[in-house]
Amino acid sequence: MSENSSVVESGSKKGSNKLKAVNDFVVKFANVNGSGSSSANHMFAKAVFRMGIPVSARNIFPSNIQGLPTWYEVRINEAGHTGRRGEGCDLMVCVNPQSMPQDYKEVLPGGYFVYDATKPLDLRYQRSDITHIGIPFTEITNAEWADARQRQLFKNVVYVGALSALLQLDFEVLTDLVKDQFKGKEKLIQPNIHALELGYRYAEKNFDCPLGFRLEARDSNKGKIFIDGNTACGLGAVYGGATVCAWYPITPSTSVAEAYERYASRLRIDAANGKKNYISIQAEDELAAMGMVIGAGWNGARAFTATSGPGVSLMNEFLGLAYFAEVPAVLIDVQRAGPSTGMPTKTQQSDVLEAAYASHGDTKHVLLFPSDPKDCFDQTAQAFDLAERLQTPIIMLTDLDLGMNDWMSDPLEWDDERNLDRGKVMTAEELEAGTDFGRYLDVDGDAIPYRTYPGTHPARGAYFNRGTSRDEYARYTENGDAYVRNMQRLERKFETALQYTPAPVITERQGASSYGVIHFGTTRQALEEAMQRVGEAGYQLDDLRLRSFPFHAEVRDFIERHDFVFVVEQNRDAQMRTLLVNELDIDPNRLIKVLHYDGTPINATFIADRMLECLGDAKVTPLRAAKGANDA
Amino acid sequence: MSYVKPSFRHPDLPHNRIGLTEASYEGAISTLCAGCGHDSISAAIVRACWELDLPPHRVAKLSGIGCSSKSPTYFLNQAHGFNTVHGRMPSVATGANVANRDLVYFGVSGDGDSASIGMGQFAHVVRRNLNMVYVIENNGCYGLTKGQESATQDRGSKTRKGSANPFASIDLVGVALQLGATFVGRSFSGDKNQLVPLIKAAIKHKGFALLDVVSPCVTFNNHEGSTKSYDYTRDHIETGVIMDFVPMKDEIRTSYEPGETVEVTLHDGSAIHLHKADSSYDATDRQAAINAVQSHKEDGKLLTGLIYIDPDSEDFHEMMGTSDTPLNQLSKRELSPTAETLARINQSFC
Repeated sequence: MSENSSVVESGSKKGSNKLKAVNDFVVKFANVNGSGSSSANHMFAKAVFRMGIPVSARNIFPSNIQGLPTWYEVRINEAGHTGRRGEGCDLMVCVNPQSMPQDYKEVLPGGYFVYDATKPLDLRYQRSDITHIGIPFTEITNAEWADARQRQLFKNVVYVGALSALLQLDFEVLTDLVKDQFKGKEKLIQPNIHALELGYRYAEKNFDCPLGFRLEARDSNKGKIFIDGNTACGLGAVYGGATVCAWYPITPSTSVAEAYERYASRLRIDAANGKKNYISIQAEDELAAMGMVIGAGWNGARAFTATSGPGVSLMNEFLGLAYFAEVPAVLIDVQRAGPSTGMPTKTQQSDVLEAAYASHGDTKHVLLFPSDPKDCFDQTAQAFDLAERLQTPIIMLTDLDLGMNDWMSDPLEWDDERNLDRGKVMTAEELEAGTDFGRYLDVDGDAIPYRTYPGTHPARGAYFNRGTSRDEYARYTENGDAYVRNMQRLERKFETALQYTPAPVITERQGASSYGVIHFGTTRQALEEAMQRVGEAGYQLDDLRLRSFPFHAEVRDFIERHDFVFVVEQNRDAQMRTLLVNELDIDPNRLIKVLHYDGTPINATFIADRMLECLGDAKVTPLRAAKGANDA
Repeated sequence: MSYVKPSFRHPDLPHNRIGLTEASYEGAISTLCAGCGHDSISAAIVRACWELDLPPHRVAKLSGIGCSSKSPTYFLNQAHGFNTVHGRMPSVATGANVANRDLVYFGVSGDGDSASIGMGQFAHVVRRNLNMVYVIENNGCYGLTKGQESATQDRGSKTRKGSANPFASIDLVGVALQLGATFVGRSFSGDKNQLVPLIKAAIKHKGFALLDVVSPCVTFNNHEGSTKSYDYTRDHIETGVIMDFVPMKDEIRTSYEPGETVEVTLHDGSAIHLHKADSSYDATDRQAAINAVQSHKEDGKLLTGLIYIDPDSEDFHEMMGTSDTPLNQLSKRELSPTAETLARINQSFC
């Protein structure tokens, strides 16, 4: 049960008392996959967003195109918490008989169950602790539309109209959304608005509107956008100067490539002849996608691919080649639950170790961990600079929850003065002037050598790139000393990465205890909320959000400053904890696992409960006294 | 170890139109077995590039893994090379090609590399009609791992130990024709006169040019009973058409009687002259080419020469509509849209 601002009307939570809440509740839609519900559901969430109320929306969908149950969960939270709340819902819109028994149970006491009342509810559905709201959606749409598909589609719009009356969702905001959505297809606007009105009128006439839960317009979303992470990644690739996108369809990453292509096809067209200043290639598999990225990177183009865990597995050999041959490459891994076909539409952070050490032999890869859509944009654009500066694959680990759901985010920003860092590339002029060129020669002491693009100079600068051993001048050798020298340089280069990669973000709290928290990616939002709950229980914890691997010195310092550190992550094997232990030689007993891996996004209750369980049993000493003003 | 070749050359070596002798097109000394067919192919590539006056550094050489894939080291020292991973050269070549359409791309592969581990990538690079020359140095065996049979080994062909291969062979020429390849040639490493003009035409062809070159493995597959030995190949070779390659500006000289020769004009105005050994053979007819390859195979013969060409071929860049300027030469101005544009995009998410 949400503890924040929901107020129970009388003492009992189990009675038929309606919960009352303004701008703090969860609405869940239970639909049939393929019934066209997603755009109506999205319209609902977007309308809340436009009313200025903090909102988050999550699509909980099966690996299926048509027929299986699918849900859309909208959390409305005045306090701005956008992580998943994690316990039931306050209002369920159930239009899928298939999942009704389960959906019915999920309504919290005091909540509402909105259902299609064309047929009476089965006698099994008799809870007295919730309010039943029957609206004959099928009857309404059947009376208005003859076409079966239209009936189905407009049913979704009708329930959004009904919610407008029930929850006081601004009707004008909805009609504006319809007009925006069908810009260019004007004749669809009126029927959609009509469907909204049908729902609105029915609800207004038959129920006591608004319900206990209702919306009140606010001004909290000023300057914010409502966008999914994959779109932000695609845009980041366009702005970051990527010209080659090679990809293979895989949920949940496909929409990264689609977004890239959608924007590139508008923004990257040569005005003179209509030709494309980019290419997007649907490869035959993930191996080929990564091969193309490496070929393009070797040849001086900014190239990337987007995939998920199974794709990363297939790309392993190529990632090792790129690491050793020192070819820039950008890989966006939208993580999902694994392995292979298991839970492909559920979220996880379970590719950490796979990505960090991808490939055979000694390899380590630079990783980035975005935590919101703005990060997705910024880090994708930055990944191309990093890849070319460091001449190595850069792997961004996002996840399904971030990639495929709409999040409130700060607007995306770009500085027109920003230059693309193309790294150390020796030019024809430099070669002509006789500059010594050794492809794997560490000239500057940062372990990053110079490279040449194929075709640069008639007589100088050519070299043979290979995955087998070579000396500083790229000559083939099986000499062990030369191999060791090279491997040590690659290790030093990995350290050099720290000069360029984003540092962790540390939040220090007043009166913090000797316990700290490390987290990354989409755990951020749930963690912020959990910190409040843990704080209310009397524990203040500092937290550190990792943004990249290798780990900056601040990470070690943070762990050293605290006796124990919770490592919160969304996988079974505590992969980030393993990486910390392994890379920083930390005593494992000091890193406490907080693991969430059922495929749903991690939530604040889960985190807070685990932490409090642990903190309650322990003797927790303050790290810093809660002093107040003189803390600074 | 790579060995350095002596820099001394005969002072009177002829120069091509860009002032280079053939020596400027050579590579490192081969570390393949003495007599390896692959070295003859490298030599033919050197000759073809020299005769075409290609600046060596404007070529990019790519390969997979295997004996064949070592060979790009042995030609065109001034060209960048990339020895990729087993069976995956086509994808790396695709990436390289899309990044810079202005270079000439040579992919060197083997029968193991293309017909087994890389069969998938081979099929798809054909479909994309990537503008490249794709040479398969086909010896029917895995040389670098000491002689295992490959998928191009003919059914019934005998191993060194005497056992007959029980499996049907994969004929990459037939596969490529089925997949819509726009240039398909087959040759024999021992027939330089046929191979050099084929390579020249393949370079000039706009699109994917497959050259399946039977290249006997002297160490593991050159014994009696093997259908990929020097002797067997010489005895069973049959040429569909004999061809000359005529660069755009060259006068046409031919030793054949008029009427025997068919001219195919390529996109840049250069021409291929086909001299029909068999008067019924039409190298621009895909169906006829498929039939000819198959019927020769049934007769135990190896059809060589230019087997098929589509002179109107449209390459991957044309299909995709990519810019004339190579993608790797675009600047920030062309690549990064403005902050103002991004502000408008932000608006669409409000």
